[in-house]
Amino acid sequence: MVMATLKVPVTQHDHIRGPANAPVTLVEYGDYECPYCGLAHPIVNAVQAHFPQQLRFVFRHFPLNQVHPTAEAAAETAEFAAAHGQFWEMHDAIYENQDKLGLPLLFALAAALGLPEADLRNALAAGKYAPKVRADFLGGARSGVNGTPTFFINGERHNGTFEFDDLVAAIELHLHARAAL
Amino acid sequence: LVELSAELRLAIALNAPTLPGTCAADRGLRAKTQEIDGGQGDGTRRIPTVDLARAAPNAGTVETKSTVKETKRMSQILAPGTAAPDFKLRVTPDQWLSLSDLKGRPVILAFYPADWSPVCGDQMALYNEILPEFRKHGAELLGISVDGAWCHEAFAKDRHLHFPLLADFHPKGEVAKSYGAYRETDGVCERALLVLDNRGEIFWSYCSPIAVNPGADGILEALENMPNERKNGHGHAQSSSHAA
Repeated sequence: MVMATLKVPVTQHDHIRGPANAPVTLVEYGDYECPYCGLAHPIVNAVQAHFPQQLRFVFRHFPLNQVHPTAEAAAETAEFAAAHGQFWEMHDAIYENQDKLGLPLLFALAAALGLPEADLRNALAAGKYAPKVRADFLGGARSGVNGTPTFFINGERHNGTFEFDDLVAAIELHLHARAAL
Repeated sequence: LVELSAELRLAIALNAPTLPGTCAADRGLRAKTQEIDGGQGDGTRRIPTVDLARAAPNAGTVETKSTVKETKRMSQILAPGTAAPDFKLRVTPDQWLSLSDLKGRPVILAFYPADWSPVCGDQMALYNEILPEFRKHGAELLGISVDGAWCHEAFAKDRHLHFPLLADFHPKGEVAKSYGAYRETDGVCERALLVLDNRGEIFWSYCSPIAVNPGADGILEALENMPNERKNGHGHAQSSSHAA
């Protein structure tokens, strides 16, 4: 719907980067194989650097498996890394090497981060983290995610583009609205 | 203050620069609308003035125009409580599907402007991923556009779609018109969603601004709100009405 809102609140189970008490929360529903999410990745990082104290960033999975065959494995690999306390390291590494995305890359990244390769293999084979990824996906569907990437700023879907100026302007609106309250 | 922020956000959204080939479908469709409306297509800044002016030529502000447009749209599409008009459309180059074939289970009708929107998260691809959730409610999903059956076949194959696409091709847009979901000025279906109950009565309907992919939240909410007796066949178990 046009005025879609985030139906699943941000909790400690989310992957969160930035100050916990930041006045603005930017949530991205993304897919590791989506080239536009790949384009958005450095922009999101720049936006976060632009608001070092005022913004926290949350990433949730929204793999479009029918068009992106490696997206699910990538999302589960990021969750595997999260279980070892290295979600963001894996998240950044996947996007930064997106042009080479495939199972060999995921295992190479795990090795580079010092994560046990056999455990990753077993986790992917067993679908150990699939329920977490699916839960993210369904929460996104219920919140009106309509493609990837989709952003929510303080719970409201951002219907503009993900260009730097657009995201910054939208975040500033929320900061000003909050300041005026 | 919250309302002001929402209006400003809308203004920003409507005036937002179009990133070439952006993935989220609303952005992609903005580019598509641009083609349909004969916009500049320069990939820089675009204000969908043609689109808005058509719906409310004298409206003063972007917010007002958009509101008027949406109100007008909502009054055109068939409302809840109405019996869904039956139809028979080509589902493949040599097969037909009637709405009445699906009586006894909920049906989701998703009218959309065109196959081949240039994004990876377009509306049909999105519904394809959410299909298992729709089927948990025993619901069938039908996509409908004015594209021909051969076009649908190629599109469905390319995007790995697991639900039927119906060709409202000849007479062009006739079914969409009967649902108030045809965009005469552009000769395409509106971006309109309807959820029908097991007897073919409209339970929920929504017409999105054509540049905005409505997502699936409205459909999921409608299916959740639909009483079980309107989902199941008359005394039949829900599980008998579909195969997951």
